[in-house]
Amino acid sequence: MIYFILIIVLLLLMIGASVYAIVQKDLLYAVIATGIISLILSILFYLLQAPDVALTEAAIGVALTTIIFIITIRNTVRHEEEEDGNKKFKSAVK
Amino acid sequence: MKKFIVIILLAVLGGYTANIFFDIGFGEPHFVQGVKPVKDIYLSETVSNLNVSNTVTAIVVNFRGFDTLGEVTVLFLAVTALGSILYKRRHQVGKRSVMFSASSIVTSGSKLIFPAIVLLGAYVFIHGHLSPGGGFQGGVIIATGFLLMLLAYENFSIGHNALSIIESLAGITFAGVGLMGFIGGGTFLENFLPTGILNNLFSGGVIPIIYIAVGFKVAAELTGVIYTVLHEKGEVNE
Repeated sequence: MIYFILIIVLLLLMIGASVYAIVQKDLLYAVIATGIISLILSILFYLLQAPDVALTEAAIGVALTTIIFIITIRNTVRHEEEEDGNKKFKSAVK
Repeated sequence: MKKFIVIILLAVLGGYTANIFFDIGFGEPHFVQGVKPVKDIYLSETVSNLNVSNTVTAIVVNFRGFDTLGEVTVLFLAVTALGSILYKRRHQVGKRSVMFSASSIVTSGSKLIFPAIVLLGAYVFIHGHLSPGGGFQGGVIIATGFLLMLLAYENFSIGHNALSIIESLAGITFAGVGLMGFIGGGTFLENFLPTGILNNLFSGGVIPIIYIAVGFKVAAELTGVIYTVLHEKGEVNE
Protein backbone atom coordinates (compact mmCIF):
# COMPACT_ATOMS: atom_id res chain seq x y z
CA MET A 1 0.00 0.00 0.00
CA ILE A 2 2.74 2.46 0.95
CA TYR A 3 4.50 1.49 -2.28
CA PHE A 4 1.38 2.41 -4.23
CA ILE A 5 1.07 5.77 -2.43
CA LEU A 6 4.76 6.52 -3.13
CA ILE A 7 4.31 5.87 -6.85
CA ILE A 8 1.18 8.09 -6.94
CA VAL A 9 3.01 10.92 -5.15
CA LEU A 10 5.96 10.66 -7.56
CA LEU A 11 3.62 10.74 -10.57
CA LEU A 12 1.85 13.83 -9.20
CA LEU A 13 5.22 15.51 -8.67
CA MET A 14 6.12 14.69 -12.28
CA ILE A 15 2.89 16.25 -13.54
CA GLY A 16 3.50 19.33 -11.38
CA ALA A 17 7.03 19.73 -12.72
CA SER A 18 5.81 19.34 -16.33
CA VAL A 19 3.13 22.02 -15.86
CA TYR A 20 5.73 24.31 -14.27
CA ALA A 21 8.08 23.75 -17.21
CA ILE A 22 5.35 24.74 -19.67
CA VAL A 23 4.06 27.78 -17.76
CA GLN A 24 7.43 29.23 -16.69
CA LYS A 25 8.65 32.08 -18.89
CA ASP A 26 12.25 31.90 -17.63
CA LEU A 27 13.65 29.09 -19.79
CA LEU A 28 16.44 28.23 -17.34
CA TYR A 29 13.90 27.34 -14.66
CA ALA A 30 11.91 25.37 -17.23
CA VAL A 31 15.00 23.32 -18.13
CA ILE A 32 15.68 22.59 -14.45
CA ALA A 33 12.05 21.44 -14.14
CA THR A 34 12.53 19.02 -17.05
CA GLY A 35 15.63 17.71 -15.27
CA ILE A 36 13.49 17.10 -12.17
CA ILE A 37 11.00 15.18 -14.33
CA SER A 38 13.83 12.91 -15.53
CA LEU A 39 15.06 12.42 -11.96
CA ILE A 40 11.63 11.34 -10.72
CA LEU A 41 11.20 9.14 -13.79
CA SER A 42 14.47 7.35 -13.02
CA ILE A 43 13.32 6.77 -9.41
CA LEU A 44 10.08 5.35 -10.81
CA PHE A 45 11.98 3.04 -13.17
CA TYR A 46 14.01 1.82 -10.21
CA LEU A 47 10.86 1.17 -8.15
CA LEU A 48 9.34 -0.72 -11.08
CA GLN A 49 12.43 -2.99 -11.16
CA ALA A 50 14.13 -1.71 -14.29
CA PRO A 51 17.53 -0.62 -12.93
CA ASP A 52 19.17 -0.59 -16.37
CA VAL A 53 16.70 1.96 -17.71
CA ALA A 54 16.92 3.91 -14.46
CA LEU A 55 20.70 4.27 -14.86
CA THR A 56 20.32 5.44 -18.46
CA GLU A 57 17.59 7.91 -17.57
CA ALA A 58 19.59 9.32 -14.64
CA ALA A 59 22.76 9.78 -16.67
CA ILE A 60 21.25 11.05 -19.94
CA GLY A 61 18.05 12.77 -18.82
CA VAL A 62 19.29 14.46 -15.68
CA ALA A 63 22.87 15.33 -16.57
CA LEU A 64 23.53 15.46 -20.31
CA THR A 65 20.23 16.78 -21.71
CA THR A 66 19.93 19.45 -19.02
CA ILE A 67 23.48 20.67 -19.60
CA ILE A 68 23.08 20.77 -23.38
CA PHE A 69 19.85 22.79 -22.98
CA ILE A 70 21.58 25.16 -20.55
CA ILE A 71 24.44 25.71 -23.01
CA THR A 72 21.86 26.40 -25.72
CA ILE A 73 20.10 28.94 -23.50
CA ARG A 74 23.42 30.65 -22.78
CA ASN A 75 24.02 31.02 -26.51
CA THR A 76 20.49 32.18 -27.34
CA VAL A 77 17.87 33.93 -25.18
CA ARG A 78 16.91 33.19 -21.61
CA HIS A 79 13.43 34.69 -21.37
CA GLU A 80 10.50 33.68 -23.47
CA GLU A 81 8.79 36.86 -24.65
CA GLU A 82 5.20 36.80 -25.79
CA GLU A 83 5.31 40.18 -27.54
CA ASP A 84 8.06 39.05 -29.88
CA GLY A 85 6.13 35.95 -30.85
CA ASN A 86 3.04 38.04 -31.58
CA LYS A 87 5.06 40.44 -33.72
CA LYS A 88 6.57 37.60 -35.70
CA PHE A 89 3.13 36.05 -36.08
CA LYS A 90 1.60 39.32 -37.25
CA SER A 91 4.40 39.96 -39.73
CA ALA A 92 3.99 36.42 -41.02
CA VAL A 93 0.25 36.98 -41.49
CA LYS A 94 0.81 40.24 -43.36
CA MET B 1 9.23 11.74 -66.20
CA LYS B 2 11.07 11.87 -62.89
CA LYS B 3 7.83 11.54 -60.96
CA PHE B 4 6.85 8.58 -63.09
CA ILE B 5 10.12 6.73 -62.32
CA VAL B 6 9.74 7.47 -58.63
CA ILE B 7 6.19 6.12 -58.60
CA ILE B 8 7.26 2.93 -60.40
CA LEU B 9 10.17 2.43 -58.00
CA LEU B 10 7.93 2.97 -54.96
CA ALA B 11 5.35 0.56 -56.37
CA VAL B 12 7.98 -2.15 -56.91
CA LEU B 13 9.39 -1.62 -53.43
CA GLY B 14 5.92 -1.63 -51.87
CA GLY B 15 4.92 -4.77 -53.70
CA TYR B 16 8.10 -6.53 -52.63
CA THR B 17 7.63 -5.56 -48.97
CA ALA B 18 3.96 -6.51 -49.01
CA ASN B 19 4.86 -9.88 -50.51
CA ILE B 20 7.39 -10.54 -47.75
CA PHE B 21 4.87 -9.62 -45.06
CA PHE B 22 2.27 -11.81 -46.72
CA ASP B 23 4.65 -14.76 -46.61
CA ILE B 24 5.35 -14.38 -42.89
CA GLY B 25 1.84 -15.48 -42.03
CA PHE B 26 1.14 -13.91 -38.67
CA GLY B 27 -1.40 -15.78 -36.58
CA GLU B 28 -1.27 -19.04 -38.49
CA PRO B 29 -1.68 -22.09 -36.26
CA HIS B 30 1.75 -23.62 -36.98
CA PHE B 31 3.22 -20.29 -35.97
CA VAL B 32 1.59 -20.18 -32.54
CA GLN B 33 1.22 -23.75 -31.36
CA GLY B 34 4.06 -25.70 -29.87
CA VAL B 35 6.40 -22.73 -29.81
CA LYS B 36 7.61 -21.09 -26.60
CA PRO B 37 7.12 -17.32 -26.37
CA VAL B 38 10.35 -15.49 -27.09
CA LYS B 39 10.59 -14.00 -23.59
CA ASP B 40 10.72 -17.47 -22.05
CA ILE B 41 13.45 -18.49 -24.47
CA TYR B 42 15.46 -15.38 -23.59
CA LEU B 43 15.08 -15.97 -19.85
CA SER B 44 16.03 -19.63 -19.95
CA GLU B 45 18.83 -19.35 -22.54
CA THR B 46 20.49 -16.47 -20.72
CA VAL B 47 21.19 -18.52 -17.61
CA SER B 48 21.55 -21.99 -19.10
CA ASN B 49 23.56 -21.34 -22.29
CA LEU B 50 25.30 -18.02 -21.85
CA ASN B 51 25.98 -18.05 -18.07
CA VAL B 52 25.09 -14.37 -17.82
CA SER B 53 23.06 -13.10 -14.87
CA ASN B 54 21.82 -9.84 -16.45
CA THR B 55 19.18 -10.75 -19.03
CA VAL B 56 18.98 -7.22 -20.43
CA THR B 57 22.67 -7.32 -21.31
CA ALA B 58 22.31 -10.75 -22.89
CA ILE B 59 19.49 -9.49 -25.09
CA VAL B 60 21.19 -6.23 -26.04
CA VAL B 61 24.62 -7.68 -26.83
CA ASN B 62 24.05 -11.30 -27.76
CA PHE B 63 20.53 -11.96 -29.06
CA ARG B 64 20.14 -8.48 -30.55
CA GLY B 65 23.80 -7.65 -31.06
CA PHE B 66 23.29 -6.45 -34.62
CA ASP B 67 20.76 -3.85 -33.41
CA THR B 68 23.33 -2.55 -30.94
CA LEU B 69 25.85 -2.15 -33.78
CA GLY B 70 23.21 -0.10 -35.61
CA GLU B 71 22.57 2.05 -32.54
CA VAL B 72 26.27 2.76 -32.12
CA THR B 73 26.43 3.71 -35.80
CA VAL B 74 23.48 6.10 -35.40
CA LEU B 75 25.21 7.80 -32.48
CA PHE B 76 28.42 8.07 -34.50
CA LEU B 77 26.55 9.65 -37.44
CA ALA B 78 24.82 12.16 -35.13
CA VAL B 79 28.14 13.20 -33.61
CA THR B 80 29.71 13.53 -37.06
CA ALA B 81 26.83 15.68 -38.26
CA LEU B 82 27.07 17.95 -35.22
CA GLY B 83 30.80 18.34 -35.71
CA SER B 84 30.44 19.15 -39.39
CA ILE B 85 27.75 21.77 -38.70
CA LEU B 86 29.70 23.56 -35.97
CA TYR B 87 33.13 23.09 -37.55
CA LYS B 88 33.62 26.45 -39.27
CA ARG B 89 32.44 28.67 -36.48
CA ARG B 90 34.41 26.79 -33.86
CA HIS B 91 37.58 27.55 -35.75
CA GLN B 92 36.68 31.21 -36.17
CA VAL B 93 36.16 31.70 -32.44
CA GLY B 94 39.27 29.90 -31.30
CA LYS B 95 38.75 30.21 -27.57
CA ARG B 96 35.77 29.32 -25.48
CA SER B 97 33.51 32.09 -24.21
CA VAL B 98 33.15 32.14 -20.45
CA MET B 99 30.57 34.28 -18.71
CA PHE B 100 32.05 33.94 -15.24
CA SER B 101 34.71 31.56 -13.96
CA ALA B 102 33.86 28.81 -11.50
CA SER B 103 34.48 29.39 -7.81
CA SER B 104 37.28 27.61 -5.96
CA ILE B 105 34.78 25.31 -4.24
CA VAL B 106 33.63 24.02 -7.62
CA THR B 107 37.13 23.63 -9.05
CA SER B 108 38.62 21.76 -6.08
CA GLY B 109 35.47 19.69 -5.53
CA SER B 110 35.32 18.57 -9.15
CA LYS B 111 39.02 17.69 -9.08
CA LEU B 112 38.25 15.36 -6.16
CA ILE B 113 35.10 13.86 -7.63
CA PHE B 114 36.28 13.39 -11.24
CA PRO B 115 38.30 10.14 -10.71
CA ALA B 116 35.40 8.67 -8.73
CA ILE B 117 32.97 9.37 -11.57
CA VAL B 118 35.27 7.81 -14.17
CA LEU B 119 35.82 4.79 -11.92
CA LEU B 120 32.06 4.35 -11.48
CA GLY B 121 31.53 4.53 -15.23
CA ALA B 122 34.26 1.95 -15.86
CA TYR B 123 32.77 -0.30 -13.18
CA VAL B 124 29.32 -0.03 -14.73
CA PHE B 125 30.45 -1.10 -18.19
CA ILE B 126 32.97 -3.75 -17.13
CA HIS B 127 30.35 -5.40 -14.89
CA GLY B 128 27.63 -5.00 -17.51
CA HIS B 129 26.92 -8.73 -17.64
CA LEU B 130 26.72 -9.10 -13.84
CA SER B 131 24.96 -6.01 -12.52
CA PRO B 132 22.53 -3.43 -13.93
CA GLY B 133 24.08 -1.11 -16.46
CA GLY B 134 26.31 -1.59 -19.44
CA GLY B 135 28.20 0.13 -22.20
CA PHE B 136 25.83 3.00 -22.87
CA GLN B 137 25.24 3.83 -19.20
CA GLY B 138 28.91 3.61 -18.26
CA GLY B 139 29.94 5.69 -21.27
CA VAL B 140 27.45 8.40 -20.42
CA ILE B 141 28.63 8.46 -16.79
CA ILE B 142 32.24 8.95 -17.95
CA ALA B 143 31.12 11.71 -20.33
CA THR B 144 29.39 13.39 -17.38
CA GLY B 145 32.69 13.39 -15.50
CA PHE B 146 34.43 15.11 -18.42
CA LEU B 147 31.52 17.57 -18.59
CA LEU B 148 32.10 18.47 -14.93
CA MET B 149 35.80 19.11 -15.60
CA LEU B 150 34.97 21.21 -18.68
CA LEU B 151 32.55 23.34 -16.66
CA ALA B 152 34.91 23.79 -13.72
CA TYR B 153 38.11 24.59 -15.64
CA GLU B 154 37.97 27.14 -18.44
CA ASN B 155 41.09 25.88 -20.18
CA PHE B 156 40.56 22.14 -19.68
CA SER B 157 41.10 20.71 -23.12
CA ILE B 158 40.64 17.27 -24.60
CA GLY B 159 42.62 16.17 -27.61
CA HIS B 160 40.21 15.77 -30.50
CA ASN B 161 42.58 13.34 -32.18
CA ALA B 162 42.72 11.12 -29.09
CA LEU B 163 38.93 11.08 -28.93
CA SER B 164 38.58 10.03 -32.55
CA ILE B 165 41.30 7.38 -32.20
CA ILE B 166 39.57 5.86 -29.14
CA GLU B 167 36.22 5.98 -30.91
CA SER B 168 37.52 4.33 -34.08
CA LEU B 169 39.41 1.62 -32.18
CA ALA B 170 36.32 0.79 -30.14
CA GLY B 171 34.18 0.60 -33.27
CA ILE B 172 36.77 -1.63 -34.98
CA THR B 173 36.85 -3.88 -31.90
CA PHE B 174 33.07 -4.27 -31.97
CA ALA B 175 32.96 -5.11 -35.68
CA GLY B 176 36.09 -7.30 -35.42
CA VAL B 177 34.66 -9.37 -32.56
CA GLY B 178 31.50 -9.70 -34.63
CA LEU B 179 33.49 -10.89 -37.65
CA MET B 180 35.43 -13.39 -35.53
CA GLY B 181 32.11 -15.18 -35.02
CA PHE B 182 32.60 -16.51 -38.57
CA ILE B 183 35.50 -18.66 -37.30
CA GLY B 184 34.20 -22.19 -37.11
CA GLY B 185 31.26 -21.58 -39.40
CA GLY B 186 29.23 -19.41 -37.05
CA THR B 187 27.27 -16.26 -37.73
CA PHE B 188 28.04 -12.58 -37.29
CA LEU B 189 28.36 -11.66 -33.58
CA GLU B 190 28.16 -15.28 -32.53
CA ASN B 191 29.44 -16.08 -29.05
CA PHE B 192 32.59 -18.05 -29.89
CA LEU B 193 34.44 -17.78 -26.56
CA PRO B 194 33.84 -20.15 -23.61
CA THR B 195 31.09 -18.79 -21.38
CA GLY B 196 32.74 -19.64 -18.05
CA ILE B 197 30.94 -19.88 -14.72
CA LEU B 198 27.83 -17.91 -13.80
CA ASN B 199 28.49 -14.68 -11.84
CA ASN B 200 32.24 -14.64 -12.54
CA LEU B 201 33.86 -11.52 -13.95
CA PHE B 202 35.38 -13.49 -16.84
CA SER B 203 32.23 -15.11 -18.14
CA GLY B 204 29.67 -14.65 -20.85
CA GLY B 205 32.04 -15.09 -23.80
CA VAL B 206 32.21 -12.01 -26.03
CA ILE B 207 29.64 -9.97 -24.07
CA PRO B 208 32.12 -8.15 -21.75
CA ILE B 209 34.50 -7.43 -24.65
CA ILE B 210 31.73 -5.88 -26.75
CA TYR B 211 30.35 -3.90 -23.82
CA ILE B 212 33.76 -2.48 -22.95
CA ALA B 213 34.16 -1.41 -26.59
CA VAL B 214 30.69 0.18 -26.57
CA GLY B 215 31.49 1.97 -23.30
CA PHE B 216 34.68 3.53 -24.69
CA LYS B 217 32.91 4.50 -27.91
CA VAL B 218 29.94 6.16 -26.21
CA ALA B 219 32.18 7.97 -23.72
CA ALA B 220 34.39 9.35 -26.49
CA GLU B 221 31.45 10.37 -28.67
CA LEU B 222 29.47 12.14 -25.96
CA THR B 223 32.57 13.89 -24.61
CA GLY B 224 33.17 15.09 -28.17
CA VAL B 225 29.58 16.39 -28.38
CA ILE B 226 29.87 18.35 -25.14
CA TYR B 227 33.29 19.71 -26.11
CA THR B 228 32.03 20.83 -29.52
CA VAL B 229 28.90 22.47 -28.13
CA LEU B 230 30.74 24.24 -25.31
CA HIS B 231 33.30 25.73 -27.67
CA GLU B 232 30.64 27.04 -30.00
CA LYS B 233 30.02 30.73 -29.47
CA GLY B 234 26.70 32.18 -30.54
CA GLU B 235 25.99 35.73 -31.57
CA VAL B 236 25.97 38.11 -28.65
CA ASN B 237 22.43 39.11 -27.74
CA GLU B 238 21.98 42.74 -26.78
